This record gives sequence, structure tokens and C-alpha cells, in this order.
Amino acid sequence: MSQGTLFDKVWDLHTVGVLPSGQTQLFIGLHLIHEVTSPQAFAMLKERGLKVLYPQRTIATVDHIVPTENQARPFVDVLAEEMMQALEQSCQEHNITFHNIGSGNQGIVHVIAPEQGLTQPGMTIACGDSHTSTHGAFGAIAFGIGTSQVRDVLASQTLALAKLKVRRVEVNGPLKPGVYAKDVILHIIRKLGVKGGVGYAYEFAGTTFEQMNMEERMTVCNMSIEGGARCGYVNPDQVTFDYIQGRDFAPKEAAWEEAVAWWTHLQSDQNAVYDDVVVFDAADIAPTVTWGITPGQGIAVDEAVPPPETMPESERVIASEAYKYMELEPGAPIQGTKVDVCFIGSCTNGRLSDLQEVAHFAQGKHVAKGVKAFVVPGSERVKQQAEAEGLDKVFEEAGFEWREAGCSMCLAMNPDKLQGNQLSASSSNRNFKGRQGSSSGRTLLMSPVMVAAAAVTGEVTDVRSLI
Amino acid sequence: MTKITAIFGPGMPLRGNDIDTDRIIPARFLRCVTFDGLGEQVFADDRQQAQGQHPFDQPQYQGAKILVVNGNFGCGSSREHAPQAIAKWGIEAIVGESFAEIFFGNCLAMGVPCVTADAATVSQLHTGIEQDPSATVELDLETLQVRIGELTAAVNMGDGPRQMLQSGTWDACGQLVAQAENIKKTATQLPYMSWAG
Repeated sequence: MSQGTLFDKVWDLHTVGVLPSGQTQLFIGLHLIHEVTSPQAFAMLKERGLKVLYPQRTIATVDHIVPTENQARPFVDVLAEEMMQALEQSCQEHNITFHNIGSGNQGIVHVIAPEQGLTQPGMTIACGDSHTSTHGAFGAIAFGIGTSQVRDVLASQTLALAKLKVRRVEVNGPLKPGVYAKDVILHIIRKLGVKGGVGYAYEFAGTTFEQMNMEERMTVCNMSIEGGARCGYVNPDQVTFDYIQGRDFAPKEAAWEEAVAWWTHLQSDQNAVYDDVVVFDAADIAPTVTWGITPGQGIAVDEAVPPPETMPESERVIASEAYKYMELEPGAPIQGTKVDVCFIGSCTNGRLSDLQEVAHFAQGKHVAKGVKAFVVPGSERVKQQAEAEGLDKVFEEAGFEWREAGCSMCLAMNPDKLQGNQLSASSSNRNFKGRQGSSSGRTLLMSPVMVAAAAVTGEVTDVRSLI
Repeated sequence: MTKITAIFGPGMPLRGNDIDTDRIIPARFLRCVTFDGLGEQVFADDRQQAQGQHPFDQPQYQGAKILVVNGNFGCGSSREHAPQAIAKWGIEAIVGESFAEIFFGNCLAMGVPCVTADAATVSQLHTGIEQDPSATVELDLETLQVRIGELTAAVNMGDGPRQMLQSGTWDACGQLVAQAENIKKTATQLPYMSWAG
């Protein structure tokens, strides 16, 4: 049983009581909602005659279904329009703040909450979206929930949960050139497996994470769930505090001092006890790319698609399914694989620093003939900031399309989709079968700069050869 | 709420590890404001590709109530649409080697037990069901056993979720709401509740 970790401290502070089942009733400090997983929850509330207990602790936006080209209302997609109206109506009815398209504050839920200073250390944060783990970058305990649980949070601001174990995932040392936060998390998932984290919260610790900025930490925590861990976090430090200070919902004046003291005190103790500890060396991490149909099927970009005999027996069935679906030969190098579509964006890698890195790389280069490449900013603010820096011009001159903010082709609930068996180089988080909108579409996950490298050469490319 | 202590009915074998919720219900079917009708869409793309040979389409498994799966079932997206689609199709319980946590929690909140069994048991269940699809699979939450034909094997479920199902309190909403006073007390003690941004 873990003791003295940030997870333990935050869990205890938010414990309302123990339910007859033995589960903890946990208070949720911040509840984020969006159009896909909330309408049924509001309907359930209505059915039971319940009200929203703390409407000011729930914040809404629209992201999954948002068209990134034509945003005129009503949406061309009538089903999307219906969802949009349901959310608008629910928020109005229950007095919930809604960051709508055009407000200047809309965007992917996991991008807007941090950028507005809503996400803070020591909070419990829940959202009907598995990538809620992103907010753990601030030292919050943040996790995804289903719609029935969205109902529970709306009605009671609490959830019935069993406590997780805590695994310290330590990475030490500087990252080599061409290696990004995305490569770190893809490497961890590759090594610990897609179900290695089931039952655990991941505490990301060590000098590699200490050296990362907040957006890099968000990229890492974002994909905790791809490793099976429902939540992942980094202990808050000066980098965290500097990021939060001055943002819309950051504590101000005397409250700021109080906040910093409280946040500091929540850090895991030096002698904290963990249920498990694993240690990686940053020097072992290369630009990483997935070749299969789970995020754990990753390799260094200069490696070959692993043949079945090199993997444990238990992984061979899903591997053979992956070779077939991905149309990749075991033993063949992944470099040189032709790509059709390049997608830069998502709650994993759609923030300003991601776009800055990509623009820096793409400057003076051009998207290869026959490749469709597009950049989707994570929020309206990211878009506005990127445009203020002229990044949009860099992208357009390099042949990338520049779009409006949303989840876009990460999960393709909007019009941005792969066609047929197109192969996509993607900065998003999931390479599941059919994930990007075509039931035979193929996805290779990689860092945004690696996506840009693939876009300019038309094939999977080791970014280290181009920088 | 109904007390869930045992589930009886025909089984359905579904092989494969790491079956994610995008496969269970592709994202395009999430463009809806109710869960109605999701049962028909369950595993839509996998079924289309299997051309009638997917267990959810095969005639011998129509009417199945207990789904038997391998490891890390329901990983990925938190969409409750996935277990809703499975349940609306007619499945009432799932036996598997392991489940992704959010999926497990969603099933629990719907009163659909997910119990784990070792790989050998899952394999025996798969074979048993395939050999006699009409055989009744019996999942007993009291004794934590699964039975089919001559086979009786142990299954696992955490005490908390099991207690919630057995006592009919798997829908926690009422219990949570009833603690209004304690909720307020906890909230008052959290410093950030009073930091107006």
C-alpha cells in the first residue's frame, strides 16, 4: 500500500466517506464535460428529478464533433448539430459555464482547462473522457469516467471509487536531439505494456520530467491511459507554479501564496512508499513510432517491425492481427513506409509548443506530393497565439492546411477522416483499428515533429536525419 | 434496484486481447444524445469485416447472455456507449482474463458484472461454448464460480463491486447524493474551493 505520495494525500483530502461496499466516496474538485458523453447523463438526472449540486465546479466545452473547416451553424452533420444543441440547452438549464465555438475559449477540454488555470495541483478532476489523465501534469488526480459517473458527479460532486495503487515511473537524464515527450511516453508504454498500468496511478518522476515544461508533461500524462493507468501525474514544482500564475482562474494575491504553500506540501514525501517502482534511462529513448494496432506496439524509428519470434507468446496473436491490418511485413524496416495523411493536433500534441516545434522544423520545407497534411490547434487560444506568431503562415507555405480547433482526426467524429486503407502519421494517442474514421484506415503514432518529417518526405522518416 | 446474484444463459466466445472500445462501438455511432439503438451497432466494423462470421452475427450465439473474452477487454476510450451497446444487444455479464478499469466501472454502474478468470478457464469456456452454443453458462456471484456442462471454475471480482451488485446498490447515485452534509464538509475543508480566480 502506497503511503505519503501525492496520490495518497490528495485521495485522503477528498475522501467524503466509505460506502457500504467498501468503496471511497471521493469529492471531485473540477468536473469537465463535453458534447459526447454528457447528454445521457443530463437525461438521467432529469429522470430522477436531481439537480446539479455544484454547477460552478463543472465547465463545459465542445470538441469531439467540431468541424475544423466549416463551423457555420447549424452544422452540416445533423447529428452533430443535435448534440451541440443538447449541450447548449443542458448548460443553460443547469447554469453551467459553456465555452462555445467563437467564444475565444473553446477547444479540446484537456487543452482549455490548463490554459485557463482551471487545472491546479491537488485537485481531483473528472471528465467523461479517458484522456483526463492529462491534467495530472499539474499534480492533480485526474481520470476519465463513463456517462453514469458523469451523472453521479453532476448530482453529488462525488464518485464511488476503489483506491488505486501507485507506481513510480522514473526517467532520468536529458533527452537526445529529436526525442520528445511523446517518445518518452510511447517508450514507457512499449516497455510496460498497454495493460501494465491497470490498477495503478503512474507517478512520473525523475530528472527527465523535472526538466520538461508543462506542455511536455501534459503529453506524457495524457497517454497514461494508453498504458492502462487511469491516471498519471507529476509532482508540482516551480515549473507548474510559473505556468499557472496569472491565468484566468489562478488564485490571486494572498490566495496565491496560500496556494503555493499548499501545493508544495502535497508533493510526494522523500520517503514515500510506492507499490512499485520502475526506472528508465532517457539515453535509451529514441524517436518512437507505433507499427501496430495498440499503442504498446511501438519501436524506435530505426528498428524493424518485430517478427513474432522476438516477442512473448502472449503478444503474438495481436501482433499477427496487426501485421495483417497494417499491411506491414514482420522484419521490414518501419522507415520508408509511405504515408497518405499527416495529422498534427489532439489533446496529446495540439498545444502551442507542439506547433512551435513543428513550424520550426517545417520552415523552408514542403509537404511531399500526394500527401495530405493538416494542423489542428488544440484550442481557439492556441490558434490565436499561433497566428500571432505567424505559425499559420509557416504551415501554409509548407503545404500544411491550417484548421479550426477541435479533436478532429484523433477520433474522426467530425468530417476529418481517413479514406479506405489510407495510412496516417499522427500526433494523436490511439492507433486502434478504425480509429481515424475509416474501418480499414491505418495509424502510426509519433511525435508531432516526426509527423512533419513524414509529411515532407512522404514516408516514415527518422527526424534525426533532418535536424 | 435489482439484486444481481447470478446470471444464467447461453454464452458467446469472443477471442482476442486488447479489444478496445473503438472496436466495440466505432466513434461515428457516438453521434447521438441517447443510448437507444446502440445494440445494433455493437462491433459494427469488426462484424462487417468478418462477413457474418463474427460471434455477434453467428446464428448459434443469438440470444447469448454471457460474453467470454480474453485480456484487457474494453481498453481505450471511456465511452459508456461501449458497454451500453453490448448490454442493449442482450449481454448481461462478461467473463474475461482482465478488463480495462474505466470499462469495468461503466459496466458496474449499469449492473453488468465483469468477472475475471484465469487464461485456462477462459479457454475452457470458449471451447465449451463453441462445442455446445445452447448450453447454459451459469455465473454465480455468491460462490464466485462459473459453470458450463461438466466444468465448474473459480472467477474473481473485487469485494466492493460484488457487494454492490449483490445488494442491488450498483447504481451508486442515490447513496452518493444522500451524503450531502458530508460532501459539504469535505468541500469546505479544501482550500481551493474558496480561491476565486
